[in-house]
Order: sequence, then structure tokens, then C-alpha cells
Amino acid sequence: MSILVNKESKVIVQGFTGKEGSFHAEQCMAYGTQIVGGVTPGKGGQVHLGQPVFNTVAEAVAATGATVSMIFVPPAFVSDAVMEAADAGISLAVIITEGAPVKDMMFAKAYAVKKDMLTIGPNCPGIITADECKIGIMPGFIFKKGNIGLISKSGTLTYESANQVVKEGFGITTAVGIGGDPIIGLSYKQLLPLFEADPETHAIVMIGEIGGDLEIQAAAYIKEHITKPVVAFIAGQTAPAGKRMGHAGAIISGSAGTAQEKMEALEAAGVTVVVSPADIGKAIAKVMATL
Amino acid sequence: MNIHEYQAKELFKKYNVPTPRGHIAFSPDEAVKAAQELGGSIWVVKAQIHAGGRGLGGGVKLARSTQEVHDLAKEILGMQLVTHQTGPEGKLVQKVYIEEGADIKKEYYLGLLLDRALEMPIMMASTEGGMAIEDVAHNTPEKIIKVSIDPLTGFQSFHGRKLAFGLGLPTEEIGAFIKFASALYKVYMDHDAEMIEINPLVKTGDGKFLALDAKMGFDNNALYRQNQVNEMRDLSEEEPTEIEADKYGLSYIKLDGNVGCMVNGAGLAMGTMDTINYEGGKPANFLDVGGSASAETVAKGFDIILKDPNVKAIFVNIFGGIVRCDRVANGIIEATKITNVNVPVIVRLDGTNAIEAAEILNNAGIANIIAATDLADGARKAVAAAKGE
Repeated sequence: MSILVNKESKVIVQGFTGKEGSFHAEQCMAYGTQIVGGVTPGKGGQVHLGQPVFNTVAEAVAATGATVSMIFVPPAFVSDAVMEAADAGISLAVIITEGAPVKDMMFAKAYAVKKDMLTIGPNCPGIITADECKIGIMPGFIFKKGNIGLISKSGTLTYESANQVVKEGFGITTAVGIGGDPIIGLSYKQLLPLFEADPETHAIVMIGEIGGDLEIQAAAYIKEHITKPVVAFIAGQTAPAGKRMGHAGAIISGSAGTAQEKMEALEAAGVTVVVSPADIGKAIAKVMATL
Repeated sequence: MNIHEYQAKELFKKYNVPTPRGHIAFSPDEAVKAAQELGGSIWVVKAQIHAGGRGLGGGVKLARSTQEVHDLAKEILGMQLVTHQTGPEGKLVQKVYIEEGADIKKEYYLGLLLDRALEMPIMMASTEGGMAIEDVAHNTPEKIIKVSIDPLTGFQSFHGRKLAFGLGLPTEEIGAFIKFASALYKVYMDHDAEMIEINPLVKTGDGKFLALDAKMGFDNNALYRQNQVNEMRDLSEEEPTEIEADKYGLSYIKLDGNVGCMVNGAGLAMGTMDTINYEGGKPANFLDVGGSASAETVAKGFDIILKDPNVKAIFVNIFGGIVRCDRVANGIIEATKITNVNVPVIVRLDGTNAIEAAEILNNAGIANIIAATDLADGARKAVAAAKGE
């Protein structure tokens, strides 16, 4: 078991023949992901990496039965690509592209919701179900199979956490990089119940950062609905207010969105909050020992 | 990215959002000329810097004669203006905006920004004009009226009515307010703004609304399609090292500690700062070298970090995924040949080919490179090195 994606998932790539799209599609295929085709307008009919290329997502869906799309198009074309996927009946779009305008994502997200399409990202490493399916840019070998679910706003902190979990002798069910932009698709609040319902997931690691209040919403949800242990780290305790820390959404506005308030809310919800990200693995070992 | 008040008002004027008339001036003589062109008998001399709280800091003053305009412009131009947003060193004032005086009957607050939870813009209004909105939100939250605006439908009259009635405006003024707010929403959307703040928005003696102040910030991801906004960028208002880092695809922010950090990925970069803090040190900077971490970007990263004389040690923390650690290790060695690194460099490379990377670093025999096994070990060693231990 796992959440959202597994070895049965049929995936197409939007921006398939581009440099990034090609490179990562190939890596995903090597991991075992069923990449069944791709979309590059104007290159329909070609074969790329042994898979068919289509002009439109609708054609790709009709021909391959794909339900997931991995999006690698340049930032200016992200909203168009997301809306095309939603219109074609894709059920999950994983948006890897970094740098999409916030206004575009506002429209694209609203449209995706209207069309019942789930989205992950943008500006994220993607999603991986260990040993089954990798849809994104993460190094697959770190994610050994196990019983820990992982949700993170940051790419490299996802790798860091998974690595620590594995070094402690545990492994990952599914890891989801939700992205650090101001407007993102699936968030903690939507992913936590999926991990709660997944029998193979025994504990959850949640990596947040400064800016916005998704972690506060997550804390409220955990308090009411999550029975599995959660270990959390919030990046940016030492970040100054009013400065954007790399991610477009990582900014403390006035006194809102600080690491401190998020850590307090999570602690009050019964979450094991670590102050140093170097302690994530140890904290997981500790909570797993109590199960 | 932010722009100056006078530039925001230029955008406002194009969309018929009423503002007082004004001209920009770079010298006291230009200030006098501006006042003469505007006419009237009362002017406001306003320092133009990218920070709020200019009035309290002494950067906004009233003049009742052209001589006074001259004297105030002379006083304000060249001053290091300190406000609650500039830091203690303040910001150099290089230009002043000369504006006609307004007949102020009442001051309000009006702002627009993205509500990240609702995923749509919200417009906020308050009767507490002239006060910091954060303080109003904290002390008297009931005095802030908010409407969320679905981008699919845009600004509707009812949004305006909700705000106007909430502010207690008399019925005959509501039409003018709605027109103002509706035009402002268009300014926001058309320019990919991240926020607009008008504080104060004033009602004049004859019942008109005027944007007396204007603050605008923009979504950096959308600047590629906002030529007019791009032309308004004032590089002298930004940190020179941050601009230089940006040129090389590095994301750098200076902090006040002594342990330099070079990390791949924004989240891990923040996490590394937090770990240094946890281990009893203070980070000197945030630096995300991005995905490739090549010799050239690493060398540039060293250069930028070492511009800060406080830096006593550098912690390089790279989690290699797609980028292989052995290549990063070679990059670090190359970088130390390109640029002179005269402080201890603690290197933690984990992920793909980490073992090969450790060998490469050990065999290179560079005296000031210290290998670390993991994040905590690296942070501890960096903190100790910065303390001279």
C-alpha cells in the first residue's frame, strides 16, 4: 500500500521532449514508473524514449489510459499545461517546474479543483512510492521501502529526512514534496488523512517552513483526526522577518508565519517537533519504538 | 520586487486611481521647480526609499513656501533615513517626491494582497488610517474589514459595498469608493502585484478619495512579462551582494552571525542555519547554490560569503541527488584554486557517490578543508571552527 501513486499508475509527461523532461522521464522509467507517453505540441506521432509523443493531453489520455501527468514545461506555460491536463480528465498532475507566476497558479488551481484534478507542486521534487513509482526529480535510491510517510515543502530536506529515516533502519511508504510556493496543490491537510488511512504507514514525517499557515492548519487537523505519530521539523527558525528565503512562499510577513508559532501549534497538537533537522531520524526511531 | 511611492502612483494614474499631483526631484533646486509647477501654497516633501514608516523617521515634511521646499529637500536628500523597516543603519535618501498638499477630512487604510489560505486576493480596509496595519490587526482586529475576491469573477460592486459600509461611509460616498477600489484591483491584477498598500487613503473636504501614499510589491516570477514594472526596479535600494549572487543563479541573504553556509536547496539551507544555531553558533548567511553546484558556482559562493568580514568558517552542506557528490567534491577543490578561501571549510557531502567524494576531498590534501559525516557533525565542526577551537 501507499498513497496516490503505485506501480499500476500510468503516467504521461508534459514537456516530454525537452531537456529536463527527457532526463527525468528516463530516470523515472529506470526506477520502474510506467511512463506511457508524453505531450509536446507539434511533435505528435514521434517516438521518444521508446514511448509515443502526442500533440495534446486529450490524445495522450485516450491512447494510453494515463491518469497522472508529470509537468516539466517552462514557467510561463505551467498554468496552460495544468488546465489542459485537468480538461483532459487527468486525475493527478505533478508540477515540477519552478518559477511559475503566482497569478497563473491561482487560476490553474481553481480550474483544477473545479475539474476534480489533484495537483502536487509547483516548484517541488514530486512524489515517490518506494520501490514502485517515482514521479519527479528525487534521487530514488534514498527511499528504501518501509513504514514512514513523508510530506515536505522542501526538496533537499525531503532527501535529508528520508536518508536519516533509512539510516535508523526504517523506510518510506510514500514521500510527497508539496513545494514551497505561495499557492500549491495538495497540502499537509489533504495528505495526512491519506497516510492515516494507509495501513502500511505507521508514522509520518512532516517538514514545513516559514511563511503562510499551512502547518497551523495541519496542526489543527492532526489534533482532531490523526492517531499515528507525527514527527515535524519547521525550517527557518533563524530566518529574518520580511526576507524571502529562496522559496517564493518562505517569508515571514510582519509577525505571521514564523517557525516558532508553527512549532508551538504542532507541539500543542501532540506532534514530536525537533528543533534541529539532524534529529528527524532519531525522533522517528523513538516514536516507532513506542508502537 | 518593490518600487517607490512615486512609481506606484504613476501606475495608479494610468488606471484612474486618484492620487495627489506630484513630481520627483533629485536636488533642492529641482524640488523648488516641482513645487512651482504644481502651484498652490502647500507642498509635501517625501523621501523615496523602499521602506515604510518614512514619516515617523523624519522623511516626510510639510512645506508652506518654495523656500521651505528647498530647505526640506536639502535636509532630506542625502540623509540616512531610519525607520522600523530599514534596520538601525537606515537607508540613503537619493530622491524626494514633491506633492501638492491635500485637504484631508479623514484617513483610512486600503490594501490588497494574496490570501494564501483562500488562494485568492483579499482587499482590506480600516478606519485606522495612518497606523501600521499589523498593529491594528493585533490590537483591534474588528477594525479591519476584509473581502476575498475570486479571480474568476474579479472585483464586483458588492465587494466595494461591503468595505464601504464597513467603514461607515455615508451612502453618497459609496459610489466613489467602489470606483476607487475596483480600479485598484485592476492595477493589482494587471501588474502581477504581490501587495498594494495605501496608508493613508484619504477623503478630502469635497468627498473625494485620494491615495496619499502608495506601496507596491510584485511577484518576481512574473517579472518576465512586466516590462513597465521592470523598468522601475531601483537597484540602489537592494543589497549589492544579493544582486551579485542573483546574477550567478545563487540565492543569498546576509545575516549577522559568523558561520558562512553554502547549501543546495532552500529548505535545507534554512535547516542548515537552524542546525548551526542549535549547535550554539550563529549563521552568517542563507545561500542556496541551486541544483548543479559546479566549480564555478561554488567558487562564486565562496567569494560572496567571504565578502562578509565576520565569517570565520564556512559550512558546505550538499545533499547530492541528481547532482553527484564526487562532482561536487571536485568542484569544491577547483573552487579553492579559483578563489582564495582563508577560513576553515567544513564539507558535508551526502547522497549519490558520497563515499567517493570523501576520498577525493581527503586525497586533495587541502589543509583548511575538514570533512564531516552528517548534518549535525558538520554543524558542530563549523561552529567550533568559527570559535577558533
